[in-house]
Amino acid sequence: MTGRKVFNVINAVVLSAVVVVTLYPFLNIVARSLSSEEEIIAGRVTLLPRGFDLTTYRLVMSDDLFWTNYRNTVVYTVVATIISIVLTTCYAYVLSKHHLRGRGVLVGIAVFTMFFSGGLIPNYVLVSGLGLRNTIWAVVLPNAINVFNLLVMKAFFESLPVELEEQAAVDGLGTYGILLRIVLPLSKAIVATMLLFYAVAYWNSWFTAFLYLDRADLFPVTVYLRNLIAGATDATSTGSVDTNVAQVAANIKAVTMVLTVVPILTVYPFVQRYFVSGVMLGAVKG
Amino acid sequence: MVTLTKAPPTAPAAPPKRARRRLSQDWQLYSLAVLPLLFFAVFRYAPMVGNVIAFRRFRPGGSMFGDDWVGLRYVRMFLADPTFWQVFTNTLIIGALTLIVCFPLPIVLALLLNEVRIKRLKGFVQSVSYLPHFLSVVIVAGMVGQLLSVDGTVNALAGTEIPFLQRPEWFRTIYVSSEVWQTVGWGTILYLAALTTLDEELYDAAKIDGAGRLRQTWHVTLPGIRPTMITLLILNIGTFMAVGFEKILLLYNPLTYPTADVIPTYLYRLGVVSGNFSYGAAIGLFEALIGLILVFSANTISRRTVGTSLW
Repeated sequence: MTGRKVFNVINAVVLSAVVVVTLYPFLNIVARSLSSEEEIIAGRVTLLPRGFDLTTYRLVMSDDLFWTNYRNTVVYTVVATIISIVLTTCYAYVLSKHHLRGRGVLVGIAVFTMFFSGGLIPNYVLVSGLGLRNTIWAVVLPNAINVFNLLVMKAFFESLPVELEEQAAVDGLGTYGILLRIVLPLSKAIVATMLLFYAVAYWNSWFTAFLYLDRADLFPVTVYLRNLIAGATDATSTGSVDTNVAQVAANIKAVTMVLTVVPILTVYPFVQRYFVSGVMLGAVKG
Repeated sequence: MVTLTKAPPTAPAAPPKRARRRLSQDWQLYSLAVLPLLFFAVFRYAPMVGNVIAFRRFRPGGSMFGDDWVGLRYVRMFLADPTFWQVFTNTLIIGALTLIVCFPLPIVLALLLNEVRIKRLKGFVQSVSYLPHFLSVVIVAGMVGQLLSVDGTVNALAGTEIPFLQRPEWFRTIYVSSEVWQTVGWGTILYLAALTTLDEELYDAAKIDGAGRLRQTWHVTLPGIRPTMITLLILNIGTFMAVGFEKILLLYNPLTYPTADVIPTYLYRLGVVSGNFSYGAAIGLFEALIGLILVFSANTISRRTVGTSLW
């Protein structure tokens, strides 16, 4: 059994390395966000903050644009997630009905878009042509249905017992009634998973907003952060502490990253198992 | 359990009536598909049709589908464009590196995780490794920038002062490693799911035949997760050309264009930034067609050789 022991030791070492390497960048930005400028420039900040300094947090949090963009992210995420979940649920439910004529075509219409897409330029021309530029709709409509999510949800609906719905139909419930009163109450797990998938995706998205929104007051916080990292704007549009501005400019990035990531890191431990079970559902049955 | 709020009003319907009811219920089902179909028509299929501007001259303010036919003018243009061939090569190299590195690692990690007998430890490692998947690519690019800056950790550890993100020779390494960091943990989920479905008796049988851990892995575990592996491989091959466009856009700069510029970033600059819509669309269409051919070929080869396929 010594071979087994050697393997266990090696395995433990490898997995520990994975954990360390994965967590390190997080700890590093938190440390940088709390450190003073001189320590960062000297390259001395690694795991723990050095020269503890909260000036930058105060500075970023006093920036009106940052909060406007943060609020935009919340609004876009909520609206887009609602639209996505409604459309995805409806279509997944239809696709799960094997007796339905034309079902194969309906599946094909969705699946084909996984392998072929119009591409960046036609999409750009389309969204501009529809007059969606500089409106919330440019962010929330073009990616309303994610086909992978759709298929996971379809697999879940297919796994529900048919008898239940048949009984409900016999009892006089129509399709809408069955979906709302029978199917959805049984599907809380998958609906929760889908809500989380969509919400995280919209919270994190930046490119659609970057492409279709020109006004800074419409940006989500990811675009704010992108402009900051690309050096395209002064982070501190309202920064009045001029001598301090230059001094703290470098760890503004770290602070903004921490503030943007906090909501996800806060909910992550609670929602993580739903994500996992959601993907597993699709994997084992799909 | 579900309790029905209304008692059945009448006796169960007779067979012919039930068929009619079924039909009317089908119409209700079709009605649920209307909005999603509208979405697919407008935001997925209209842009596919919109690709005709690759063969027509687009004028700003003119028709969405272009104004006059120009035939293959734009195709000939990009075939003769040296920058196009450079970004085409970069796309192939980055796509191939990503596939070679990022495809097998989740399998290895899943096998290692599967050997962990302490449940809480396994759960902890999994939770940590999934985490990067939930970050915005903007945050990831920011972290990469911090770690690789002249005053960052990598230089501090190596005792050097290399401006990594300004050096073309480093770009591919940086891109692929950050891709590994972000995707490897999440990639294990499907394999771990597949591993739970394996039959314990197969392992017992292998043990009786005298197989050690390694041989059990080789003869039982790997064949058991083969369908999952192949499905994911086909999907990966399908997205081969669509390399991590957003991440490259965030990480590259004119200094690293020689190795970092790929077809999507090139056509973003060309089409959206400079307004050459028709030329950009021609390149985009070419790229999408290669992707489509790749996924169909991979699927066909896989179906003929190992019998697993996406459709």
